[in-house]
Amino acid sequence: METLTEAQKLLQRGEISSRELTQQALNQISALDGKLHAFLHVDGDSALEQADAADQKRKSAPEPVSPLLGIPLAVKDVIVVEGMPCTCGSRILQGYRPPFTATAVKRLQAAGMIVLGKTNTDEFAMGSSTENSAYGVTHNPWDLTRVPGGSSGGSAAAVAAGLVPAALGTDTGGSIRQPASFCGVTGLKPTYGRVSRYGLVAYGSSLDCPGPFGRSAADVAAVFSAMQGRDPLDATSQDVPFAMNFPLAHRERAGVREKDVETATTLQGVKIGIPKEYFISGIQPEVEEKVRTAILSLKELGAEIHEVSLPHTEYALPVYYLLAPAEASANLARFDGVRYGPRVEGDSMWDVFYKTRGEKFGDEVTRRIMLGTYALSAGYYDAFYGQAQKVRTLIKRDFEQVFAKVDAIACPVAPTAAFKIGAHGDDPLAMYLEDVFTLPANLAGVPGLAFPVGFDQAGLPVGMQLMGRHFDEAALFRLAHAYQQVTDWHLAKPGIS
Amino acid sequence: MPLTLQEVEHIAKLARLELTDEEKTRYREQLSAILDHVAQLQKLDTSSVPPLAGMSGSESHLRPDLARPGLGAAELLKNAPAQADAQFKIPPVFE
Repeated sequence: METLTEAQKLLQRGEISSRELTQQALNQISALDGKLHAFLHVDGDSALEQADAADQKRKSAPEPVSPLLGIPLAVKDVIVVEGMPCTCGSRILQGYRPPFTATAVKRLQAAGMIVLGKTNTDEFAMGSSTENSAYGVTHNPWDLTRVPGGSSGGSAAAVAAGLVPAALGTDTGGSIRQPASFCGVTGLKPTYGRVSRYGLVAYGSSLDCPGPFGRSAADVAAVFSAMQGRDPLDATSQDVPFAMNFPLAHRERAGVREKDVETATTLQGVKIGIPKEYFISGIQPEVEEKVRTAILSLKELGAEIHEVSLPHTEYALPVYYLLAPAEASANLARFDGVRYGPRVEGDSMWDVFYKTRGEKFGDEVTRRIMLGTYALSAGYYDAFYGQAQKVRTLIKRDFEQVFAKVDAIACPVAPTAAFKIGAHGDDPLAMYLEDVFTLPANLAGVPGLAFPVGFDQAGLPVGMQLMGRHFDEAALFRLAHAYQQVTDWHLAKPGIS
Repeated sequence: MPLTLQEVEHIAKLARLELTDEEKTRYREQLSAILDHVAQLQKLDTSSVPPLAGMSGSESHLRPDLARPGLGAAELLKNAPAQADAQFKIPPVFE
């Protein structure tokens, strides 16, 4: 499968049709998804119909068409698409067919993208490995015995294995960036409020951000620019213009066009902060080494490197694991066997609630609902929920102080490369620690971009994270794109066949 | 700060979750370990810190309170496990 940028060129030159591109994606899914289990639902017939319509439109349109016309897309199964089931990786939504489409998906469909299917996820996006899905584990394309990360593991694996050129995920505490890192692809958690949450099944409403995966920063930027923007159906979405204020020159396949690369890669005047709290003991040595090497590359491209401090970093984990479960316990109250999903019958309505929820929610979801219910309950609210909201203010202030001095922060995405399936067994706290470097961006609402910067000795991808000011995704794209003009990590493909 | 079994049962009741005895024991251990970890927040002095109210420059946009077209009853009932007379059907609320 071509990258999105390559596919755009081939479509524009008429060297490939959308039908061929879509058929190629469907063939790849048939060939490889038995091993990966990235998809929970694929609708090939509808996709091919839409591809034919896109080809027709391209032929007959008098004006230049949308750059995304006719390009296939996969969507994480916590985002609703009319006409496709939406399970959220949970048995409590088995058989649910949403009667509407999420705003972000609607915008991408309006731009001509074709939704091929829905991808696997930890149940209600709660997890860091995609092992918590009620419908089976997704495997990492670089090593099938390892997890793809999570919770958007299906989308990350689908892009990494070349099943689709782009996919959507959601990021509440790292669920786009960490799987992007584990699978060696590029993934963006946008600024909170940048992308509408309408049609995203809510987990932690003050943290949830839908965002795109692609192979490169340019691919991700193309999808992001078409899905972002104010939506009257999400009161927290904001009206802030997005502009790519730098040249997105693309390397030609056969030989680099030197002049374009030069203009695209100069990072003169850009200040990058390296937070010392993100290079801690316990981090896999190769992860630190690859990230530091990548930071050196950015310096060679002209960026200034400064050491910075985010002193409340260590509190991000406890704050997140109080606030996110608290919000989840309220959001997931709607699943009660009355309006959608299966019902476990009982003698009274209360009995139906207890039985349906007790039987149909998985372990991690039950755990977080319990934790959140406790943090919000009488007698504990101030000590837990109230205190966590205050510390969240301190974490946000840390970022404000650093972004007064630098334009972006560079650090690892996760302490290690992809771990083995089953490695964290029944130890929820060990799994939570996977998120230590990604949680702060969600708590502060700032954007974060993850992209590959090398491989460890086991041949597993290692990712770097860039975080930026509120609504300054463009700065992150600029840096990652410049890096990807002088390196090839993002073009490496797993040997799965 | 270990939770008691009674506390676990109380939380499960508030959250409308039916748990088996095995689950109660397991969640009691796991939740106690997580609460131990998050208790480190208590050591921070936050007496002069306000709780986070929102993201910078991110006021909520409220729409005018006007009726507008939405999904019809038929659409909304399509996913219901039980329905009757164009309404969701549930077991008795009162004994």
